[in-house]
Amino acid sequence: MGKDNGNVILSATDVHKSYGDFRALDGVSFTINEGEFVSIIGPNGAGKTTLINVLTGLVRPNAGNVVFKGTDITGIGPEKLSKMGMARSFQLVNIFPNFSVLEFLMVAVVSRLGKGTRFFSSLLSDRQITEGAMEVAQLFGLDAKKDMLTKNLPQGEKKMLDVASAFALHPEVILLDEPTSGVSTSDKNKIMETLVSASKKIGIKSILQVEHDMDLVFSYSDRVIALHQGKILADGTPATIEQDEEVVCTVMGQKECFKIFSSLQSGER
Amino acid sequence: MENALGITRLKNLGLPLVIIVGLLLLGLPLFAGQFLSYLMLTFFAYAITVIGFNLLFGYTGLLSFGHALFMTVGAYTAAFLTSSFSLPYMELILVVAVIVSTLLAALIGAICVRYIKIYFAMLTLAFGMLFYTFLLKFYYMTGGDEGMRVLRPFLLGIDFSETPKMQFLAGSYYFYAFVILAILTFVMWKIVSSPFGLCLKAIRDNPEKAEYLGVSVKKYRWYAFVISAAYAAVGGALLAPAVGQVDPGLTYWTQSGTLVFMSLLGGFEHFFGPMIGGIVYILLQDKVMSLTSYWRFIFGAILTFVVIAAPGGIAGVVSSLTKRRARGG
Repeated sequence: MGKDNGNVILSATDVHKSYGDFRALDGVSFTINEGEFVSIIGPNGAGKTTLINVLTGLVRPNAGNVVFKGTDITGIGPEKLSKMGMARSFQLVNIFPNFSVLEFLMVAVVSRLGKGTRFFSSLLSDRQITEGAMEVAQLFGLDAKKDMLTKNLPQGEKKMLDVASAFALHPEVILLDEPTSGVSTSDKNKIMETLVSASKKIGIKSILQVEHDMDLVFSYSDRVIALHQGKILADGTPATIEQDEEVVCTVMGQKECFKIFSSLQSGER
Repeated sequence: MENALGITRLKNLGLPLVIIVGLLLLGLPLFAGQFLSYLMLTFFAYAITVIGFNLLFGYTGLLSFGHALFMTVGAYTAAFLTSSFSLPYMELILVVAVIVSTLLAALIGAICVRYIKIYFAMLTLAFGMLFYTFLLKFYYMTGGDEGMRVLRPFLLGIDFSETPKMQFLAGSYYFYAFVILAILTFVMWKIVSSPFGLCLKAIRDNPEKAEYLGVSVKKYRWYAFVISAAYAAVGGALLAPAVGQVDPGLTYWTQSGTLVFMSLLGGFEHFFGPMIGGIVYILLQDKVMSLTSYWRFIFGAILTFVVIAAPGGIAGVVSSLTKRRARGG
């Protein structure tokens, strides 16, 4: 799906964010349309996570604003945003260590169903909650470990659980901060397949992900936004970004860049 | 299988034990002496307070160091209604105690839940000491450091003024307090096993993640604060007639420390842990006090031992022993 097709669901306008003298975001503007899978790429320190933090209202920008479904959500905070239909997962594992897998997912389901203030009803007898959590556990292949304590899960599955909990909110837009980091290369494609099929089943309209693995970025995204030193370096389809030597070299470093472009020239790719 | 709610644990191991202990406590005045029954009566009051306290501490992760304030609100409610207003109806005392403490906790909680960890602890401690000074200085209302007398209340409208004091306390009043403890324990069990309880534990484990999953962290902390205050007020209201006297010392910060001690001693990670801590504390205090006047020294040593050697408290030790036995067998 192209950039100008469909309705704009999320937009950032001239977003600035500094930490002391360091300009993490320096005038970032872009839009995400309904139905798009957008990847944000960039070298370390480019401002990718800060951008996600601003978009999800955790960090208030120094200037600029973020609009989600026509409402200004700048600095609104994650809780309200999740109720409006935006969810995120984290770069580093972010779980409830003493919860079982199913209990973890139930937190998201309880909040989606607005049942958090049921003070006296039994959690485990509420089939809407338990089945809602089971449904997501199955989508992410975690159903066999539903009773396992999350702190005892292998690293990759902790990460999946974090992502799964964001999906359990049934959001319209989901922001994934490096969903495949810390996962073996062979598992990365499987995770991306899971993400895509789960978002179809749940009815997620748009996905915005931060990703380092360029093969994944180019094979799954509708659009790629490259960040560098807090600014947008390029914004276009994977095909155009892939050909952009400046972008690839900035994002992947000179060594990788040389490999790709020399192989491109010799026609191996 | 262990889980965050501890529900299966209770179903498999705990429930028969809880029923047996409950029946033993219920029948205690029939076979034990009046003094032991009286000690257990004070335990009932503390038990109600600590299960409320633990909703905040063990389940939500907020350590209040001023929780005796709400116990004192309950106790002074009993004193005012019986002595100043001649309305010695226990049910009325309980209702008024809950209403007053809820209103007060709603105000204090709205300020305190904006902070966490040591800041929350210090703020609650400050409010507790503020209330202590209030009780001390407004002596024309509160009797200052001499406190107030608590007259014998009517239970279910029945006047027990003809019954000898210990017979009343180790008899009708004992059963009355037991029933309230049983009801409030059941209610708290419902609360911690509800979707709300799950959200509290999520907040305790990882407030940032909880917020991203749509949990209103501050609002839920505030609910937990208010509920735990109401429990403390009921505990205080039940304790006052047993002691027959209230004074500002009830809200001194060491009293709040006692609640923390009970929870640590019994194990705040377990539903019944703080109650176990309460019963051990009260029995031990009675024993040690009769042996030496340095009982605080002994209790300090015990607290040090628990924190270093058994951070899970008594309940933690028992549950790891039973687990080891289950694995061994």
